[in-house]
Amino acid sequence: MFDLRKSAAAALAAAALGGLLGIAPAEAQTLKVVMHSDVKILDPIWTTAYIQRNHGYMVWDTLFAVDEKFDVKPQMVDKWTVSPDNLTWTFTLRDGLEWHDGKPVTAEDCIASIKRWAARDSMGQKMMGSVASLEVVDAKTFKMNMKEPYGLVLQSLGKPSSNVPFMMPKKTAETDPMQQIKLEDVIGSGPFVFKADEWKPGEKIVYVKNAKYKPRSEPANGLSGGKVVKLDRVEWLAMPDVQTQVAAIQNGEIDMIESPGHDLLPLLAKDKNIRLVSFNPTGNQYVFRFNSTAKPFDNAKVRHAVFVAFAQEDFLKATIGDPTYYKVCKAPFVCGTPFATDAGMADVLNGNAAKARQLLTEAGYDGTPIVLMQSTDLQVLTNLAPVAKAQMERAGFKVDMVSMDWQTLVARRVKRDPPSQGGWHAFLTSWVAADILNPVMAGFFNSSCDKAMFGWPCDATIEKFRDQFAKETDPAKQMAIVEELQKYWVNNPTHVNVGQWYAPLARRTNIDGNLTAPVPVFWNVTKK
Amino acid sequence: MLDFIIRRLIAVIPVLTVVAVFVFLMLRLTPGDPAAVIAGDNATSDQIDDIRRKLGLDEPIWTQFVIWIGNMLQGNFGESFFFKKTVAELIAQRIEPTLALAVCTLIFAVALSVPLGVLAAYRQGSVLDRVVMGFSVLGFSVPGFVIGYCLIYIFAIELGWLPVQGYVRIGVNFWGFLERMVLPSLTLSVGFIALISRITRASVLEVLNEDYIRTARAKGLSNRVVLMRHALRNAAVPILTVIGLGIAILIGGAVVTESVFGLPGLGRLTVEAVLSRDFPTIQTVILMFSVVYVVINLLIDISYTLFDPRIRY
Repeated sequence: MFDLRKSAAAALAAAALGGLLGIAPAEAQTLKVVMHSDVKILDPIWTTAYIQRNHGYMVWDTLFAVDEKFDVKPQMVDKWTVSPDNLTWTFTLRDGLEWHDGKPVTAEDCIASIKRWAARDSMGQKMMGSVASLEVVDAKTFKMNMKEPYGLVLQSLGKPSSNVPFMMPKKTAETDPMQQIKLEDVIGSGPFVFKADEWKPGEKIVYVKNAKYKPRSEPANGLSGGKVVKLDRVEWLAMPDVQTQVAAIQNGEIDMIESPGHDLLPLLAKDKNIRLVSFNPTGNQYVFRFNSTAKPFDNAKVRHAVFVAFAQEDFLKATIGDPTYYKVCKAPFVCGTPFATDAGMADVLNGNAAKARQLLTEAGYDGTPIVLMQSTDLQVLTNLAPVAKAQMERAGFKVDMVSMDWQTLVARRVKRDPPSQGGWHAFLTSWVAADILNPVMAGFFNSSCDKAMFGWPCDATIEKFRDQFAKETDPAKQMAIVEELQKYWVNNPTHVNVGQWYAPLARRTNIDGNLTAPVPVFWNVTKK
Repeated sequence: MLDFIIRRLIAVIPVLTVVAVFVFLMLRLTPGDPAAVIAGDNATSDQIDDIRRKLGLDEPIWTQFVIWIGNMLQGNFGESFFFKKTVAELIAQRIEPTLALAVCTLIFAVALSVPLGVLAAYRQGSVLDRVVMGFSVLGFSVPGFVIGYCLIYIFAIELGWLPVQGYVRIGVNFWGFLERMVLPSLTLSVGFIALISRITRASVLEVLNEDYIRTARAKGLSNRVVLMRHALRNAAVPILTVIGLGIAILIGGAVVTESVFGLPGLGRLTVEAVLSRDFPTIQTVILMFSVVYVVINLLIDISYTLFDPRIRY
């Protein structure tokens, strides 16, 4: 007969012996990571910040996703069809999709999610401009009825970076797009479950494996394919000091740093317990943004002169230094992506000061000082502005470089005051490649005057090209439009791309499986 | 005494009013826009304007001030722009590490600096005196973050005795709490030790030349009794004053130390709030620090009476 007391005593004795011998029960695999920032906001639709996007990929899933080559693949969608006239798209969800609270994912949820995302995202807004209606067919199927053919339906629904069209339960997706979702609504159908009770802003955010998640059968590829979670728990620790991050990974207190500073990479590379891994082969692009409404940059020829005066490698050497982590790339839609082309770029970005000077004379530049904003607290940006200043001055510009912290710059760049009265002429920033893959996605190409991003370029021709691109369904013709747009844009620039750069992650040697993708994701990652 | 305390507490009101107005205006008049920070890099101007409206930042500055003060008087410290939590909740979450750091630092600092200062005074001109004064100069001169990195390198990386960073709540694992407190509190206390030991030495030296010390020695009292009961007690007032003033150093130092050692305390909260222009959080935390500073200095004033019976309020 089963004796409860004896069994309990035996179990206790075994546990005690195990403890004495140092035998622990199978330890949960916990990955401790320092991301580039702490997660303060939990709604990835409400803000475009990259840390919220990364958080979104943990908790929520997407209808479509891009692979390593940026080809769009189905993710939550099982099958989809498009009518011969390109006016009706029908999407059917995979079997077995469930929210973390156990309820099934429905077509209604997806429609509400697309609407909320589109209210915040410029690519979503563009797509919805061509959508007549979204209609539920059955619990797992919905239709998108178009007013006119639209060439970027799949690219929009599979948009890899901010804002990502994450699918949320209908109740959550009905939250006002201008308001954040509530803490208790951070419920997705993604591969990880957010632990609300363990979230301590400024300290850590915790995700555990979603045991009920049904990955696709295809192998993981970029952001697409089977999201197989091989860890029990992932903790993102808030550690603002980069030196402390390095000490902590050397000491084995953390397993991974998402983006260690470039100046610390040689130190990490020397440590035999740490590997530097470039997970994002397309990386990032540095950009010089014009305020196209402020004289003299309201004159396209003056902006073109800047394009002619700049040479990318000087920017990259000054900021990144090690050529392993940068690439001279003239293609504005980023080398290594589907719409990368050098069309129209032969005569620019060669550092031709003499030609730039001649262009300035032709344009009648009157020596107005260019107010160039320099951010001094973000290491990857700080050295860009002095290089721009030097190259512009060589070409005959007068440049007034104004130094400030990044948040001050962020606040000032939305001001339309004259540059001499608190406004600005130009600043430099960086885009993640996944955000600028085509003319519709790349925000700085938006030339719709007041509706455009800060800098407010107003150019009907560029807008016409962007519309043509969006409505074209044939990829070859889309490429032709990109080439034509680029040839025009070089002479009428909204911004100047000044080089491509990469940021490897640092991980301990017992960590493996980081996928090659434009976003750091944690499915497929293993810890030995 | 009660009269004194009431008078001092009443004097706190104008101090806090000035701090409140100053902090509020500083935040509004310096560059930076929380709406632009919240919206992220890819946001359009319309999106930023929408967020600004939702946060009430499109109201005239004086309207914003009146709303804020009105809420404060009702005990409503507002809601953080970013965390979507009340500022009171945020402070409650973050106060433990800062409090622990402050208490450990004070214990470390007082336990080391007072005896060192007394000994340096007693052995004036000796090697010990020079070492203590040399350390004091070093403690003043070397920035806290440099000391922190050095301690991390020696005790965490090279010797592996202590963890580099992090915080374990005292109720969760007391040993884990202690081992994570050693390096940060040692780092923060270095400047404090330098300050207090120097003042202790100077005060005790001054007292050691007094007639009543000579009388005590003439009575045949031991050196220990002369130093502890007569010299140190009479030198206590300036030492206590410096400890009180040092609270400001502690608050400033906590900001750096918490960042270096990854402690999720109020110092880090302040930095995060300032960098993201989270106005309600910055305003409340600074006001809270001001109250703490004023109250501690009031307690220090009261404690004078324990050491010097001539002081009466």
